[in-house]
Amino acid sequence: MKKFILDLKITQKVQLNKQNVLLKLTSKDLLPEILPGQFAEIRVDGSPATFLRRPISINFIDSARNELWLLVQIVGEGTKHMAEMNPGDLLNAILPLGNTFTIPSDKNAKIVLIGGGVGVAPLYMLGEKLKKLGYKCIFLLGARSRSDLLLLNEFEKIGQVHTTTEDGSHGEKGYVTQHSLLFNSDFDYIYTCGPTPMMKAVASYAAKNNIFCEVSLENMMGCGIGACLCCVTDTTEGNLCVCTEGPVFNITKLKWQI
Amino acid sequence: MANLITKLGRLQMKNPVMTASGTFGYGTEYSDFMDLSRIGCIIVKGTTLRERQGNQYPRMAETASGMLNAVGLQNKGVNYFIEHIYPTIKDLDTNVIVNVSGSEIDDYVKTAEIINELDKIPGIELNISCPNVKEGGMAFGVSCAAAAKVVSAVRKVYDKELMVKLSPNVTDIAEIAKAVEDTGADSISLINTLLGMAVNAKTRKPILSTITGGLSGPAVKPIALRMVWQVAHAVKVPVVGLGGIMNATDAIEFMLAGATAIQVGTANFINPAISEKIVEGINDYLDTNNFSSVAEIIGALEI
Repeated sequence: MKKFILDLKITQKVQLNKQNVLLKLTSKDLLPEILPGQFAEIRVDGSPATFLRRPISINFIDSARNELWLLVQIVGEGTKHMAEMNPGDLLNAILPLGNTFTIPSDKNAKIVLIGGGVGVAPLYMLGEKLKKLGYKCIFLLGARSRSDLLLLNEFEKIGQVHTTTEDGSHGEKGYVTQHSLLFNSDFDYIYTCGPTPMMKAVASYAAKNNIFCEVSLENMMGCGIGACLCCVTDTTEGNLCVCTEGPVFNITKLKWQI
Repeated sequence: MANLITKLGRLQMKNPVMTASGTFGYGTEYSDFMDLSRIGCIIVKGTTLRERQGNQYPRMAETASGMLNAVGLQNKGVNYFIEHIYPTIKDLDTNVIVNVSGSEIDDYVKTAEIINELDKIPGIELNISCPNVKEGGMAFGVSCAAAAKVVSAVRKVYDKELMVKLSPNVTDIAEIAKAVEDTGADSISLINTLLGMAVNAKTRKPILSTITGGLSGPAVKPIALRMVWQVAHAVKVPVVGLGGIMNATDAIEFMLAGATAIQVGTANFINPAISEKIVEGINDYLDTNNFSSVAEIIGALEI
């Protein structure tokens, strides 16, 4: 897919909670095709501390409005700066980057999308695509507490949603992998994105139950286009760039101890 | 439109802008963002005799106005390059040269010998300055004797443009430059990355898996400029300047300090279209200041 360097204009900023904002952005040109799981490399100007671009996964494409959504969690200087931007401001982005999730061949496949924290971002776009294609998706979303569950209303519009919180303030208390939904599982496909320990636990569950499972990794990146070789992950094919060979990997390819 | 044609030893280029090894992949990674034929030369990433997996993740740390990397020369080896990469780049309408790395003199020699056979590769950049490989690399670039040994060994088997990339992690870079000039280098590029380190105070651990890594980006530019100036005064062969060049003005500063050509490195990560823009910017500078050719600004620093 051809990649572009675009100046995107913020049309709307939604403060989801203290740590997370949803930025809706538009481009003066028609946005290129972008697939679920792909990401953008965002330039954050203005500070020597934010030298490199920030990889941010694409949360949703609203084709009718020529809008792209980015879910931004404030983790450092760069994302803090992004969260402080306002409608009308421009963000320079390189996109679309990376690969996408594998769409099941069987329309009746039982699918669960398991997200943790800001990791729900690419799963929303994937769920929306699967729904459009006629698949039924179940979402299992986990967070520390009720206020950390992001875009809950949006997810409820496209599928059945189950939640876990560590403090029990929403859904079942505990981690996603402890949710009763997974007790008697007959899922055919699992897609997951979230903190690495969570994804490893999900991968371990999938491997034990022989379920197809794809994870979306979030390594530190230099270039985002496969040139610097900084974001590699260890796979059965050696060190592969997460930015070009991923960010979506089948768990059978990763050398995770699960 | 000024004359940008640049002669670098045995290599003739459309203009003095080259892309630095390890920051531009095999060139094709950047073809969506710019017209590759607009730049003077692409230097493909460090290639070794045998495949190398490189160092473990994390291999990168962002630092103030720069970054540290410890990739460790990950590449699939020279034979893979010839079979799978060379066919995709040999017809690019620009120079493509290969950065050759190794851990033993014999590796450098064998790799250079193999690349010597490739019609469409008019030169190599001998990397005696990689700080991220335990068993060698930089070891050759930090002593005059070792540098002379590897350059003269490669010179014997390689008859095209031999550019030697120097390490800044030395006390007297001019001495090393003289040693590689005396043993057959056609040109000298500098600087490779500066050995550095990053620490995570929260976890109380080093950020890089290798603890130390190579610093690049605008943070190193003043050091690179100083070293280019020193080396340009010490040797007669052309000097290629690199280290933190982010725009055409930076490039021109290096040329004024004595560089015949320049390499754009880390800036490619920030703006993948920058190398082509730097070519345009150099041309604009020459036109605005009434220079008819780029050669006129090489070493034109007024002191």
